[in-house]
Amino acid sequence: MLKAVILIGGPQKGTRFRPLSLDIPKPLFPVAGVPLIQHHIEACVAIEELKEILLIGFYPAALIQQFIVDLQHRYNVTIKYLQEFTALGTAGGLYHFRDQIRYGNPDAFFVMNGDVCADFPLEDLYKFHKSLTNPLVTIMGTEATRQQSLHYGCMVTNKTTQEVTHYVEKPSSYVSTLINCGIYVFSLDIFNTIGDVFTAKQQDCYRNGNSNREAGYIQLEQEILAPMAGTGKLFALQVTKWWSQLKTAGSAIYANRHYLELYRTKHPERLRQPNTSGEDCTIYPDVHIDPTAQIHHSAVIGPNVSIGSGVVIGPGVRIRESIILSDAVINDRSLILHSIIGRSSRIGTWARVEGTPSDPDPNKPFAKMENPTLFNNDGRLNPSITILGCSVSVPSETILLNSIVLPNKELSRSIKNEIIL
Amino acid sequence: MTKEQMRALILVGGYGTRLRPLTLSRPKPLVEFANKPILLHQMEALVEAGVTEVILAVSYRAEQMEQELKAEAVKLGISLIFSHETEPLGTAGPIALAREHLLKSSKPFFVLNSDIICDFPFKELAKFHRDHGQEGTIVVTKVEEPSKYGVVVYDSTQCIESFVEKPQEFISNKINAGLYILNPSVVNRIQLRPTSIEKEIFPVMAKDQQLFAFELQGFWMDVGQPKDFLTGMCLYLKDLRAKNSEKLYKGPGVVGNVLVDPTAKIGPNCQIGPNVTIGPGVVIEEGVCVKRSTILRDAVIKSNSWLESCIVGWRCSVGKWVRMEGTTVLGEDVIVKDETYINGGQVLPHKNITVSVPEPQIIM
Repeated sequence: MLKAVILIGGPQKGTRFRPLSLDIPKPLFPVAGVPLIQHHIEACVAIEELKEILLIGFYPAALIQQFIVDLQHRYNVTIKYLQEFTALGTAGGLYHFRDQIRYGNPDAFFVMNGDVCADFPLEDLYKFHKSLTNPLVTIMGTEATRQQSLHYGCMVTNKTTQEVTHYVEKPSSYVSTLINCGIYVFSLDIFNTIGDVFTAKQQDCYRNGNSNREAGYIQLEQEILAPMAGTGKLFALQVTKWWSQLKTAGSAIYANRHYLELYRTKHPERLRQPNTSGEDCTIYPDVHIDPTAQIHHSAVIGPNVSIGSGVVIGPGVRIRESIILSDAVINDRSLILHSIIGRSSRIGTWARVEGTPSDPDPNKPFAKMENPTLFNNDGRLNPSITILGCSVSVPSETILLNSIVLPNKELSRSIKNEIIL
Repeated sequence: MTKEQMRALILVGGYGTRLRPLTLSRPKPLVEFANKPILLHQMEALVEAGVTEVILAVSYRAEQMEQELKAEAVKLGISLIFSHETEPLGTAGPIALAREHLLKSSKPFFVLNSDIICDFPFKELAKFHRDHGQEGTIVVTKVEEPSKYGVVVYDSTQCIESFVEKPQEFISNKINAGLYILNPSVVNRIQLRPTSIEKEIFPVMAKDQQLFAFELQGFWMDVGQPKDFLTGMCLYLKDLRAKNSEKLYKGPGVVGNVLVDPTAKIGPNCQIGPNVTIGPGVVIEEGVCVKRSTILRDAVIKSNSWLESCIVGWRCSVGKWVRMEGTTVLGEDVIVKDETYINGGQVLPHKNITVSVPEPQIIM
């Protein structure tokens, strides 16, 4: 029997995902039409021995509960939300809920960071983990560029045994281009290791009065994985399938494109097929459209577009490289490019909503999504995708370029390179 | 009394660089303003006032212009003379150069700057000039911000006292409108060399109390550059609404004052206007919005595009879902790709625009 733990964080985390996370918890933000962590859950339920999925985080349970009920019902698997009383760090959270995880004595359990997107190779990871003798942790690794590797956990491995011989989290100089993807297989004995760290920290806390942080706060990467390197217990499986972090709102469009592409083989029923009869709108694949959305037949949609439930799209509308969230209304002849349109937002006629994509450099092998800061060194807004929070209204015939609009705003003019509070 | 001919001298001048990129393909006097070459607006008004000979002062040779204008002159039943400057002679020099023509009759002659668009009052101007009996009359027009121009100061009898360049303190809101009527005797005041009529000739005439001001009623615009070309078009169409509203277009989807050539095609679900001129052979596809713009002959605007304050050159093709604004000027035969955005672009002829131009710039 196997279990999976998905680390979903809490409202104080994922601030770089604002304003999209202002009215919906980031783990539930729909990418390619389904909540972000539903992609994780679907990868888990594809594994036959996996019987239980535990979500650990510190969002109020009320925000997460409905989602869990829906998915449990749909996939016939046990899903539980374990709410931390405070942010405990990755390892701290796992240790806090160790009895829940150990319950039923699983052979191993997956740990998945909630803010990554990937074609999750869980089956491969578990097979590899099982083939090892007495492993504690197997890390999913992937190749990055030398420069970008500095933003991740870097691993040096023994090329024949795949053992991690050296681990540094976000080094300041180059260590290795093999990086930690935030997806793991853990053996149950990991709790002994975390327990030792927990006890040591507690003692340190009482003996020296170093109580500026909770004793239960334990970081997985720095406090558990890094010391474990070279002990014969830590391994990494390098995979080449698609993987990306979802840190900034800008990366949602990129993640959307890849999940839509994965649907071609995994969920073709979620993709709207281009039709030839002329009764449906024009589709350039890949496009996901919720069945409850109303799209005028003269609209042209795609590629890389997801349209949520209850959305209304008028005649002559063009949408490309964008996410339209539920109940938004896009009026006649408007154009939406590289943008995210918030829930219940309204776009007038002949409007143009356009952003600048920040996709990985396609000319660099293994390049990852850059997560640029909001402002450049001159204090100017970096061009990024355009994001409208929920219930924003954009007047007819205006242009919104590289801008971010916070929720419930009624715009009255064109906006370029601005953040509208 | 023998019926003597009335003449007019139009100062066409140089290459019309201020109206580039349009003037790279067509001499400025032939660029269509409200579906008619700029110069024809003037020539028609002159014919109306009894002018039978028009002299064009040009400082470059343009076969195309001469051919086309001669054909128009024949239609209008006037004779057309090209007076070529070998060096730029300013605004007065061309009068000396055309001396032999202007002195053929004893009647006064009109002088016009070629970029002026207004409701030309040549008949009234000639009468006013006859009545005061002195050597010259300058048409003056009222402006809101006189400090940007040279203003004309005159007394209650309309006799001009002085000219003041860019006055800091308000003294008058009347400026020289670039239209004059002069007696043949004025030719003798001008030598054949580069001379400014405004700075060197008129002040002397004013001193001699030989110069009167005629106040222009209605609109006036120097349409020599794109921004003013569009402003002038708005004023012209408004004037057309008041005086000749049957010439304006009344099809579906029209808002305000719009001029559409009968050979142009406009698709369903469009919003055309206010203040739009659409030339012959133009095709506007479905769901297009055009405001405050001029679309020149044989251009195509594809579905769902939105244009405001643009001049679209001859035979251009503007793609679907394109947004153009901010005094964007497309030269002849420019192709704008689907879904792009152009803000204040000045695009030279025969260019292919494939990426957006979000800030004003010249595209070579």
